[in-house]
This record gives sequence, structure tokens and C-alpha cells, in this order.
Amino acid sequence: MPGFDFSNYNRNAALCARGMSLPKATSTGTTIVGCIFDGGVVIAADTRATSGPIVADKNCEKLHYISPNIWCAGAGTAADTEFTTALISSQLELHSLSTGRKPRVVTCMTMLKQHLFRYQGHIGAYLVVAGVDPTGTHLFTVHAHGSTDKLPYVTMGSGSLAAMSVFESSWKSNLTQEEAIDLCSKAILAGIFNDLGSGSNVDVAIITPEKTTLKRNHITPNQRVPKLGNYVFRRGTTAVLNEKVIRKEELGNFVSIHEMTEEADKMEVDT
Amino acid sequence: MNHLPQAWGRPRDDVYGAYDASYLQTSGPKQATQQPIVTGTSVIAMKFNEGVVIAADNLASYGALARFTDVKRLRVFLDSSVVGFSGDVSDMQYLDRHLNELAIDEAYDLETAATKDTSKPSGKLNAANLHKYLQKVLYKRRSDFDPLWNQILVAGFDAASKPFLASVDLRGTAFTSPSLATGFGAALAQPIMRNYAATEEDAARLTREEAVNVVKDCMKVLFYRDARSLDKYSIAVVTKDGVELKENEQLERQSWAFAERIKGYGTQTV
Amino acid sequence: MAMFSQNPIMNGPSYSFNDAPKTNTPEGARQHRFDPYTDNGGSTLAIAGADFTIMAGDTRLTSGYSINSRYHPKVFKIGGTTADQKDATLVLSVVGFSADGEALKERLDTICKMYRYRHGKPMSVKACAQRLSTILYQKRFFPYYAYAILGGLDEEGKGAVYSYDPVGSYEREQCRTGGAAASLIMPFLDNQVNFKNQYEPGSGEGHALEERARRPLTRQEVEVLVKDAFDGAVERHIEVGDGLQMMVITKEGIEEILLPLKKD
Repeated sequence: MPGFDFSNYNRNAALCARGMSLPKATSTGTTIVGCIFDGGVVIAADTRATSGPIVADKNCEKLHYISPNIWCAGAGTAADTEFTTALISSQLELHSLSTGRKPRVVTCMTMLKQHLFRYQGHIGAYLVVAGVDPTGTHLFTVHAHGSTDKLPYVTMGSGSLAAMSVFESSWKSNLTQEEAIDLCSKAILAGIFNDLGSGSNVDVAIITPEKTTLKRNHITPNQRVPKLGNYVFRRGTTAVLNEKVIRKEELGNFVSIHEMTEEADKMEVDT
Repeated sequence: MNHLPQAWGRPRDDVYGAYDASYLQTSGPKQATQQPIVTGTSVIAMKFNEGVVIAADNLASYGALARFTDVKRLRVFLDSSVVGFSGDVSDMQYLDRHLNELAIDEAYDLETAATKDTSKPSGKLNAANLHKYLQKVLYKRRSDFDPLWNQILVAGFDAASKPFLASVDLRGTAFTSPSLATGFGAALAQPIMRNYAATEEDAARLTREEAVNVVKDCMKVLFYRDARSLDKYSIAVVTKDGVELKENEQLERQSWAFAERIKGYGTQTV
Repeated sequence: MAMFSQNPIMNGPSYSFNDAPKTNTPEGARQHRFDPYTDNGGSTLAIAGADFTIMAGDTRLTSGYSINSRYHPKVFKIGGTTADQKDATLVLSVVGFSADGEALKERLDTICKMYRYRHGKPMSVKACAQRLSTILYQKRFFPYYAYAILGGLDEEGKGAVYSYDPVGSYEREQCRTGGAAASLIMPFLDNQVNFKNQYEPGSGEGHALEERARRPLTRQEVEVLVKDAFDGAVERHIEVGDGLQMMVITKEGIEEILLPLKKD
């Protein structure tokens, strides 16, 4: 059967009844926003991922690719936003191939809401969907329970109120592209500095009929201060209690080795 | 016939049978406020170069019901400080009465000090003193598990005659900042105010007009997004010359331009 | 011993499955009661040197995901003869529930002042430390939810740091951190102040290796450690930031230093 694997459900329910709580998922207590301008749409996000009060990732990506002309900003449970957008992205690609047309934003939004509604909020993905298609420029929000909304400017996540305060006091109709980028960045900055769930940098994506421009780390107002002390240890500071050397030639005695010919896909590594 | 006051307004025993007085007993455990009932929403305030501006709307809600639309939540104390209340309205009125008593005592003390010229220090209670006092009252009540369900802002001047603004809540937690907001305002208004007065130095450069405009803008944003708010509000400006309190302000220049081209919530186009 | 655990309510292993037993109330029948405590976040740190003590704390006050104030000191001079604490010799830092911390500070300050008026000399750290423990234990069944650290100079002029749990268990130490980022900073301090897990290279083999000898740190070294510890905590804990307040206690008096921290 395709989809989620529920085979551990009964065991986990029993553990829950005996007082065990479920493991905590990384959540992107987040500020994400979107804003329509004349000739396109801008979405933006902060880059902090948290696990409780601890910062899990200082520079994560919350702007997800759906199709070249549709992008999604995600808040909520990190894994859910990641997988839901990836799933819909792939379904939309197949749909686009079979119809021979460019994917539409409403299609993406409808697929997302139907998928999320089916899981009754258990998939904790809160999304801002934005894009440009042959029918025009579109901006939606999709909540984890499956409800959607259509507005010229939207915010989501724990910093949504801070960001919304910027829109409600500075938004006007007929924005230019630069004004929209500026407004979205300001909204994200309001989240970064006023909401503890949001922080670090501002990511921006600008979608126009011609192209999509992703400005990763558009603003970096929270550079790490260099350490004052020197924390390099002298070689041999850590006690070595025992030592065993296995030479590369002998490695075959312990594990089976297959030579890799081409370099595998590398995952992005934080610096 | 029983003419004792205990029987006043009760059904007559000879007609309805003996009255069950068991629930009139007062010896049970004391009931303290366990939740706010009629509530006021945000109070917002910020400092400027020569004073403090503070505002709150005139609504008292009963749950989701906009119950009383002409409730004044800013209170002037001794013509030199303003106290803004959010949270439970009955607790606000209790504190208001308490502050009236305090103000009368203060007035007598000031009079005695002025006429008799005793060695007693005769400075009147400033906003910093008042804030400390309210903090002690609220902390005592929380420690008795009988909290006064309010978050309060106190605006005025401290002993060094510098603008003073501080907050205290139902647990007695007290803090100060160049700008402050309670309730929904902490999430919606504070980010805007911090853009203008992030530090004390920034606040000291703001003019009265600028500060009043920022606060009025914040009241507008709060009306847009706080479902328990009203477009009628009170605003007070505290300076060395005293308090200027306006209690029937109306929000101006609202903008609903965003609504112009919205059609539905998803795939609808007409 | 449950001393110095992070949070009296969530007192379990820091493991993804919490062993704390669930309450027996059936689902939906929960009654809303007034909770007299909140956690206002932030962290404190204290290090004792040979002839000085440094007490530090960040200045952010939080509740939930919002910042109440960017400047709310957690480190206080106590026991001076006047309100401005100009001639104070002791420093108290409190972190946890801010209202309780404040109440605790004011009680201890009053006691130190009374002692000073009666005996004509400031209270010693040792005496004050014992008194603070008593104050905390007096409220054993409705505790001050505050992690206190008391710092000063002892009778010999050496730096002294006393640290407490919310109900009064205390101990004199070389260094201690409290509050939200305590679990992030404490291992760093163990390694850098007490040289834990550091051995003398080439001094032996395996277990015979000599531990790196402890030596008293200079004031400059300690200041660097404090700043770096907080810069690190700010990076990884959302409730720590805005400003760093440091009090340096020497025989000349108490010097206060204020430095900026990241504000996100």
C-alpha cells in the first residue's frame, strides 16, 4: 500500500498510555510572507529552525521549489513542509507532462489542500504558495487542516503577527518589484527581531512571468561574532585509552568494499 | 410571618415549604478569580523626548461578545501619571478604587507637608513609585493564589524626572522598555514601535508628534487584526506639564484597499 | 540528587522520550487553573578567580516566543548601605521566574542592609550564602522559582561563588551557569575553567596520562571566557540575547560592564 506506514501505531499508542511522550520534531517556528506586486509575486522567509528553545539550524531553507514558476514558503513541522512540497512538486510535474501544459498555481494549491485535508491536520505543514502561470499571478496560504486563503499579502508562522504589522502599516496597492522585495524583507526582519521562533537571515524569491529569482540570504543581519579566545587544543590533549590500526588493505577482512566510480550527489553542508 | 432580613426576598415558607439555605453557606473554600470574565484588550505606550504617550481602546469584551463599547481603560493618577489596564475589567475597577484611596491619602499628606513644613519628605508619588506599588500588590495577590487578572502599563516620570514607562502583570512580573504593549499589542504593535524606539536613545530623539502618530498607527493595525478591539479609543500624553487625556478618539484614514480585487479563497474567479 | 536540574517541572532525562508520568485526569476534563509561575528565560554565569569574581547575565526578558524587554538586568549588587548600592560588596544573580527573582533579591538585600546597620560592617559572602539558602528553603512548598548565584570575595580575599537550586541546596564552586542556556555553557566552563577532559600531552599512556594542572585564571582570561560563552549561547538558544551585563568584584569595588549581544 502506498503512503504512510502505520505499523507502529498500536505500539506507540501503548507507549503513550504508559506515559511516554512522542519524540519532538524539528519545527520551523518561522516567519514566512508573500506579497503580490505589479507583474509578479514575492515570497520571503527567515532561516531559523528550532527544536524547543534550541536553534536546530541557523541557516535553513524554507523556500521550496514546486515548479520553475511556482514556489512555496513553509512553516510548521520541518519534515512535513519538506515532504509535502516535494510530493506535490513531483505530482505536478507528472501532471504537466501528461497534459503538456505549464503547471498552474491553483492546481498546486488544490492538490496541497486536498492532501492536507485528508490527513486532518496531522501533517503539520503551513504553506504560502506563490507563482505565475498563464492565468496570471497568484498568492495563497494553505493551513495544515486544508483551508486556503487568497490575499494580496500574507504571513504565516510564529512571526506572522510581527510580519503582518509591517504589511498592515506599510502596504499599498500597485507596488513595484523593488518595493515588494523591500516590504517582504522588512516583514521578515520584524519577525526575526521580535519573534523568538524566527531568526538569522532573510531569503527572498521573486517570481515573474519571465523567470524566478531566488535570493538566498538576501539580508544577513545576524552575522556570528568571532570568538575572542583561542580554543585549539594541543595535540595529545585528549586521552587515548586504546588504539587499534586497521590498514586499508586489510579492510576487506571486516567489510565488503565496492569501489565508487562517479561522485554521488553531495548534500549541502552548512559552513 | 418572618420579618428577619435573612428572609427578605425569599419564597414564603408557608406557601413554598422550607427554604434550602445550604448553598448560602459561606464556610466553603474561598473562590478566587480563576479566569477573566469581562476583558479589555491591548494597551500600548511609548516614550518620546519629553514624555510618554499611551493608548487603549474603549471596548470591554465578554468572551467573543463586544459587551461594553464605552469603557475607559486609561486612568490618570495625581495629574502626573497614567495607568493603562488590560485584562479583567472588574479587577481593573477594584484597582481603580484602590488608587483613588491612595490618591486621597497622598493629597492629605501633601497638604500637611505644605502647611506644617515637617521634616518628612514631601515628594508626591511619581510613576516609578506607583509602578513599584502596583507590582507589590499584584505579586502579593498571585502569591495568595488570588490574582488580579490584569496586565498594566504605567506611564509618567521617575524620580530623576526622566520619562518612565513600565509594565506589571498578574504574576507580579515587572519590566520596562522604551516602548511597551500588552496582550495582542505585544505581537502586533511592539514590532512597529520598536522600529522607531528600539533603544532609550532612539526614544529620546522622538518628538511628541512622531510618537503620537506611531501609537495611532499601531491602534489602527490592532483594529485591523485584533478581533477583540474597537475603533474608538483613549489616548493620553504625559509630559512635565501634566496629562492630556482624550477618551473619545476615532480611528482615522483606515485603508481597506487590499479587499478590492479579492475573489473567494481559492479557485473562484468571479 | 536533583540539584541544578534545568526545570523543576520537566525534571526528566533530556532524552526524546520523556519518562515523566502523565497526569491521571481524563482527556477533556482538565480544569483551567491559575499558574503562578512562568519562565522568563535568559542565562547567568559566575566565575571565581584568585582575587576577583565575575558575575554575568544576559539582559533579555522573554515570555513564550516574545521579548518583553531587551534590557532587564539579572545581576544585582546587594547589601550596600544605600539604595544606589555604591558600597556593596556582594553580587546576586537570579534567573528563572523574574518576579520571584526580584522578590528574592529584595529580601536578601534588606537582610544584608539590616546586618550592616546593626553590626557596622558588611555581611561576609559565607554568611550571606547560608542566609540565602535558608530564605529559599523557607518556601520549600511554594518555592521561589529562581536559580540564584551569589558572588563576592571571601575572608581571605579570594573569589567566591555560591550556587543554589530553587529550594535552597547550595554549594561553593569555582564556576557555575544557570538558566536557559546552562546546559550549553556549563560543559564549556568545565573544560575551560577546570580543564576537565584535558590531559598533559605526552605525560603518559592511556589511564596513566596526567590531567592538565588547574591554575587560577586571570581577569582578562575570564572576561574572554564569559563573552565567548554568551556569544555561543546566543547562537543556539532562542531565549538568550540582546545584552550582556557583567559585574567584576575586586577588593577595589564592583565594576559593571555592559556589552551588546545579538538581538534575533
